[in-house]
Amino acid sequence: MSIALVFGVSLMANATPVDTYQFKNDANQKHAMDLARTLRCPQCQNQDIVDSNSPVARDLRMEVYQMVDAGKSDEEIIQFMTSRYGDFVLYKPRLDSKTYILWIGPIILLLLGGLVAFIFIRKQRGAVAVEEISDEDQQKLAELLKNR
Amino acid sequence: MKKLVLFIPLILFVVLGVFLYQGLYLNPKELDSALEGRPVPEFNLETLDDAGVKITNHDLKGQVYIMNVWATWCPSCKYEHPYLLKLARQNIVPIYGINYRDQRELAVEELKHQGDPYTQNIYDPDGRLGLDLGVYGAPESFIVDHNGIIRFRYAGPIDMKVWQETIFPMIQQLKQEAAAGKAS
Repeated sequence: MSIALVFGVSLMANATPVDTYQFKNDANQKHAMDLARTLRCPQCQNQDIVDSNSPVARDLRMEVYQMVDAGKSDEEIIQFMTSRYGDFVLYKPRLDSKTYILWIGPIILLLLGGLVAFIFIRKQRGAVAVEEISDEDQQKLAELLKNR
Repeated sequence: MKKLVLFIPLILFVVLGVFLYQGLYLNPKELDSALEGRPVPEFNLETLDDAGVKITNHDLKGQVYIMNVWATWCPSCKYEHPYLLKLARQNIVPIYGINYRDQRELAVEELKHQGDPYTQNIYDPDGRLGLDLGVYGAPESFIVDHNGIIRFRYAGPIDMKVWQETIFPMIQQLKQEAAAGKAS
């Protein structure tokens, strides 16, 4: 009796529609899973919609699976998600006026750093170059050495 | 000129610091709604009270109203409920409920015992309307103008502070817009 109970409970725990969703073919399954992993769960925020157990995440991944099976393009699916949940659901932000600093900021910082390093190195080189000793100093030096 | 160059790292540091400092006070739970400025999604669902009666987005048009997403499984909805009842008694704005991922009997029972602030309830057991609205939890409230455009989404329970500071001013403004629209 208790074994049956444990078995029953474990069956219930596993019986989410996701696990039982039947893809039309393996390629679709792989593609849909990959796509779903690029989408963030709006409720839990630090998980993608495949990892999350929240009901919203479940709904969203079911939508993705069904849309992939229905032959929708990635753009259409992403559009479906962002029109409801905003750009937030995208782990990889799109390039637009709000996010351009995310995309080009690091490049600008790298260029700035490179520029600073370049200027610094050039200066160092200039400083290291030995100044020629003037004739006057040369004489003084010679005298000092002689007097020893 | 040279001295100025020396200050660049400091300036960069301060600018970055200001941005990061602001970030400390953002609430990560408050997501922008992608639906603001867009019409209420098309729906055709049963009412909570009567499975035989359908309600659609077109039925709600032509008035300023609040759509409140709620469920019996949602503790924050219970917290919010008394305030909604108070608002309903004041008769300022109709509140339409979206009963979200819930069981009809439980929901009907709850309203019978706790009081019913809703003008009408839309029964959304599989969360389809919720999905179209970009709902990710409950309670959430949508303020809709007389053209059926969602103007504001508030995620979380409405209480006196939220109502007075945010929602009520918005509703007054939308009602003025509606009156102006009808006059012209």
